[in-house]
Amino acid sequence: MKQKFDIIRSRCVPLPLENVDTDQIIPARFLKATTREESFFGENLFRDWRFNPDGSVNKDFVLNDPTYSGEILVAGKNFGSGSSREHAAWAIAGYGFRVVISSFFADIHKNNELNNFVLPAVVSEDFLAELFKSIKENPAMEVEVNLPEQTVTNCATGRSEKFEINGYKKYCLMNALDDIDFLLENQGKTEAFEKDGL
Amino acid sequence: MNTLFDKIWDAHVVQNVTDGPTQLYIDRLYCHEVTSPQAFEGLRRRGIKCFRPEKIFCMPDHNTPTHDQDKPIEDPVSLEQVDTLEKNAKEFGIEHFGMLHPKNGIIHVVGPERGLSLPGMTIVCGDSHTSTHGAMGAVAFGIGTSEVEMVMASQCILQQKPKSMRINIEGKLAKGVTAKDMALYLMSKLTTSGATGYFVEYAGEAVRDLSMEGRLTLCNLSIEMGARGGFIAPDEKTFEYLKDREYAPKGEEWDKAVEYWKTLKSGDDAVFDKELTFHAEDIEPMVTYGTNPGMGMGITDSIPEVDTIPEEGRESFEKSLEYMGFEPGQKLLDTPVDYVFLGACTNGRIEDFYAFASIVNGRKKHPDVTAWLVPGSWMVYDELKREGLDKFFERAGFEIRQPGCSACLAMNDDKIPAGKLAVSTSNRNFEGRQGPGARTILASPLTAAAAAVTGKITDPRTL
Repeated sequence: MKQKFDIIRSRCVPLPLENVDTDQIIPARFLKATTREESFFGENLFRDWRFNPDGSVNKDFVLNDPTYSGEILVAGKNFGSGSSREHAAWAIAGYGFRVVISSFFADIHKNNELNNFVLPAVVSEDFLAELFKSIKENPAMEVEVNLPEQTVTNCATGRSEKFEINGYKKYCLMNALDDIDFLLENQGKTEAFEKDGL
Repeated sequence: MNTLFDKIWDAHVVQNVTDGPTQLYIDRLYCHEVTSPQAFEGLRRRGIKCFRPEKIFCMPDHNTPTHDQDKPIEDPVSLEQVDTLEKNAKEFGIEHFGMLHPKNGIIHVVGPERGLSLPGMTIVCGDSHTSTHGAMGAVAFGIGTSEVEMVMASQCILQQKPKSMRINIEGKLAKGVTAKDMALYLMSKLTTSGATGYFVEYAGEAVRDLSMEGRLTLCNLSIEMGARGGFIAPDEKTFEYLKDREYAPKGEEWDKAVEYWKTLKSGDDAVFDKELTFHAEDIEPMVTYGTNPGMGMGITDSIPEVDTIPEEGRESFEKSLEYMGFEPGQKLLDTPVDYVFLGACTNGRIEDFYAFASIVNGRKKHPDVTAWLVPGSWMVYDELKREGLDKFFERAGFEIRQPGCSACLAMNDDKIPAGKLAVSTSNRNFEGRQGPGARTILASPLTAAAAAVTGKITDPRTL
């Protein structure tokens, strides 16, 4: 959903697994929708980890643990690998996450998050490990994600780290603009390219 | 610098956005039914049309049943998705190869075989295995649905230019070792994120020696190492494969095209951000043992012990083996197999069926194995019939099904039941990928055939 992004301070949901693929984020059987209702995808986020095969709630999974909540998902490295399905980003947004923090994201999924106004913030492995530790020690601890300053701060330890984002995309997020708005404005350049370049 | 990737990329730059991505021109957009409806919906919401509809080709493949395609799809939700694609294609004036259309099949099989994917092109699709088309010498990559909408709206995409990597595979592959094993070997060395952020050029003698089908398999799996895409510089083999294909240029246009395509190679002075070299002789038939394609090993090897895994990865490793029902240190040879799947955009081409047939050769399907042989397209299906392979397989107890993505991601009825072990020629062994609770071992068509006739994991070199 198009929404302006500025500073978010929130508790976190920790998922310290590596290589979480988009088939886990949203299994293929939920890809049959023809509309973009984020709530539908959000309800099925991590479906097969949230629920047991018999349909009962898997109490061991972090999303079912009332100890943890918040708008920030903290995940192990190589988050979002595998399928290009944007439904994974819709599910994350639909569940209510606005930031995903990891030490490494798969390329396509990272773009998909950005295109849905979810911020993928890449931090160092060391910072990530400390963050998991802080959350474990105090699940109520908060993290501040400051897009204008491009910083993530672990409010428990006070440690802060810069994250990368290009100036164009940062502007888009802060002003709730998407790439299609930009490309439509630049159609003249595309036509000129077709004339000369093809 | 001066890599083939640079050449193709630079030739498609409309503009470099200040402190931002590149606006890249796209020559070909492919759409299937799963990742396109919300893009069409977006165009309608904005009140715009497709900017260059003639550069877009649509076909359903993910939901299509692999039997009785002449009857309506039973699952109403699948049916709606397939119908929606047809309606959208009509509304927006786009070419559409619907179910049972002679040109229907898995997009990544159809594009190359129809000559729609050509050297030097930029090709995208809302599907991570779009890298397949790189085998033609094209820059091809998977994108999300918002990006599909971008291309529909403007024939361009905004992308950061990836870094470049060259992977050389020198020497010759041994008998019984295929392009699939080569790819699984690379993934086992690089892990599923080893090439993230890179576009990979495959080179070296063993890559050159691959058939076009083998090259398509290798490029198909680029994403499983995390790469944005992978490609192989076009050569005489590529031109010969493409000549006279339906959508390839003809006559004088063809000669002109080939002349240009011959210039499509990395310069001798090309500098890559990363360069890796492997030796084909080190590769044996591969199988995966875990729940990502990077968890692979030689078929005669044992699953690694826990203490060989870096500490931060142990939780994921143990979760993975628990799901698969395997133990650290275990060998997989002789493990009983319940299902065998030949097909997918990875191994659903004619050569893959010949490879499978070469192992069957006089043997019969093992009674405890359920086998699904699913051609990647009607063109593959027709060739199987023409060559009498359908009868050959029938006599051996196998059935050829109708084309589609099938059990690769189990969006249709072809689901591996929970707990069952499948040897699959597809591309992903993720938890639940082939159906909730299904356990997947990825392997080549030869290894899959060996499992199908013996009922257990078997080294195809011993048959």
